Amino acid sequence: MSSDTPFLQGIHRLAVLLAGYVVLLITAGGLVKSLEAGLSVPDWPLSYGMLNPPRWWQIENVRAEHGHRLIAGTVLLLTLALVIWIVRREPRKWVRGVALVAFAAVLAQAALGGITVLFFLPTAISVSHAGLAQLFLGFLVVLAVVTSRRWVSGESARNLAGPVGRIASLATATTVVIYLQILLGAVMRHTGAGLAIPDFPLAFGGLIPPRLDFAIGIHFAHRVGALIAATLVFWLLGRVLRYASLERVVVIPTWLLAVMVLVQGTLGGLVVLTGKAVLPNTLHVGNGALLLALSLVVTLWARRLDWVAHQQGDVAEVEVFGTRRLERAVS
Amino acid sequence: MKKISLLMVFALIATVLVVGCGGGGDQAAAPAQQADSAPAAAPGPAATGSGTIEGNAKYINGDPDAVIGMDADPVCASLHPGEVHTEKVVIDDDGNLANVFVYVKSGLEGKSFPVPGTAHMLDQMGCQYKPHVSGVQVGQKLVVRNSDPTLHNVHARPKSNKEFNQGQPFQGMELEHTFDKAEVMVPFKCDVHPWMSSYMAVLEHPFFGVSSEQGSFGIENLPAGDYVLEAWHEEFGTQTVEVTIVDGDTAVVSFDFSPGATASAG
Ligand SMILES: [Cu+2]
Repeated sequence: MSSDTPFLQGIHRLAVLLAGYVVLLITAGGLVKSLEAGLSVPDWPLSYGMLNPPRWWQIENVRAEHGHRLIAGTVLLLTLALVIWIVRREPRKWVRGVALVAFAAVLAQAALGGITVLFFLPTAISVSHAGLAQLFLGFLVVLAVVTSRRWVSGESARNLAGPVGRIASLATATTVVIYLQILLGAVMRHTGAGLAIPDFPLAFGGLIPPRLDFAIGIHFAHRVGALIAATLVFWLLGRVLRYASLERVVVIPTWLLAVMVLVQGTLGGLVVLTGKAVLPNTLHVGNGALLLALSLVVTLWARRLDWVAHQQGDVAEVEVFGTRRLERAVS
Repeated sequence: MKKISLLMVFALIATVLVVGCGGGGDQAAAPAQQADSAPAAAPGPAATGSGTIEGNAKYINGDPDAVIGMDADPVCASLHPGEVHTEKVVIDDDGNLANVFVYVKSGLEGKSFPVPGTAHMLDQMGCQYKPHVSGVQVGQKLVVRNSDPTLHNVHARPKSNKEFNQGQPFQGMELEHTFDKAEVMVPFKCDVHPWMSSYMAVLEHPFFGVSSEQGSFGIENLPAGDYVLEAWHEEFGTQTVEVTIVDGDTAVVSFDFSPGATASAG
């Protein structure tokens, strides 16, 4: 099917740009929460009854909240443009479906942002706003990847190296765990539990906190989740690297994922050790979104390569000079 | 092309909203109505008497009020050439403690008191609330004013009354509000300027006072009777004392928030 799909460069570029812009938007949202500036603009959708409140760029909290709204407004318009473009030009029905779902998500996301301001930041709404943001980013990453030249060309894996199916499963699990970990982090942030365990890397001087209440529990769960996510990421990296000649589309984002997971752990530790200083706190949120995006990219490409390999016929795993490779079975 | 026309539609909708909302709400840029910044005095003779409470609040050997920076808004910073403090623990050299809210907590049950016709004013000046601690009666008009050349959001966070958050983007703006339930205290904050806070008690009666920078407070025109008096401080919590009021007399009370100290009446 894929070889009939045209490569639409403009759509692909816009989708990539938009996905990157949404990582920035999520970081800006993280800044709003880190500054506790969510109510510094009390009305919505206007700001102080205006499109731009006076001197908004000079006043720290208003700059954060109103800036977040301006970036969000731009994302909304760009998403609308992308969706219209995809619906008109994209032949694959499921891609058009993903685009429409992405548009619904960004509308719901804007509504959640407004509701949480108008109702003084109820935890459930703020957490939903944080969680839906990452889903929206996920839809854009899917659109960016599946509109790429390589994807639509249907080109086979150059070297059918590695059990791509197993890599795909592991990458999928990693993506799901990272998303759940982000949700845990959002609940922790929006219930004010970010410093519930005051030390790092230990918890109250031990491996396990001596007592558990909701705040300590959710905080500790986020730390355990971090260990699970990091373990999966390095397991994935190991699996990818064992098959040295695997495609760059999988290897490069996996490497980035592994590096950024270390950065993420460092930032998380700094959040605790600095008493929630705004900079590490904000970057921790933005980098979390980046991790999810990278993990999803790996997942999509691994699944794609696996699918292409199976389309091309039977594959067999063979061992050549100690390196395991997948090679097309001789028929 | 498509994007341009969409932008225009968006701008048009936004313009309509701006125009539509501009005159609405109870926000007004017009100059002040009669507003009285002093704690409301007893209005009519109905449920009042001639008893008086005088007193003093102390916090000895306490840490001085912490210095804060207002760099988050350059206009606020420019309004304070000298040091600015949190206003949380305001003491003089003798340990006299300001911003203690003293009120009749019980002893007035079953009596009703007229609502003052004057408004209570909460001003935002120099990116601080003036007064920092105050009281208002249930149903009394509250005017919150922005006297600063910068914007503020007025965010009241009561538990029994209704929470509200209203923006005041321009100098001279005022909003009006009345609380419909008694509540000690209603915290006010500005989410733009995190250091800004004020506490406002909402009471059924006018018998309350706030300690001055000399630590002194007074409550006048109390009917004769036995009362429980409570003193509230934002950092140090509350203390209560029982007092007996005789017509024409003055009861003297003191509240000491120093570690280990208590209230006394004499
Ligand atoms: Cu303010």
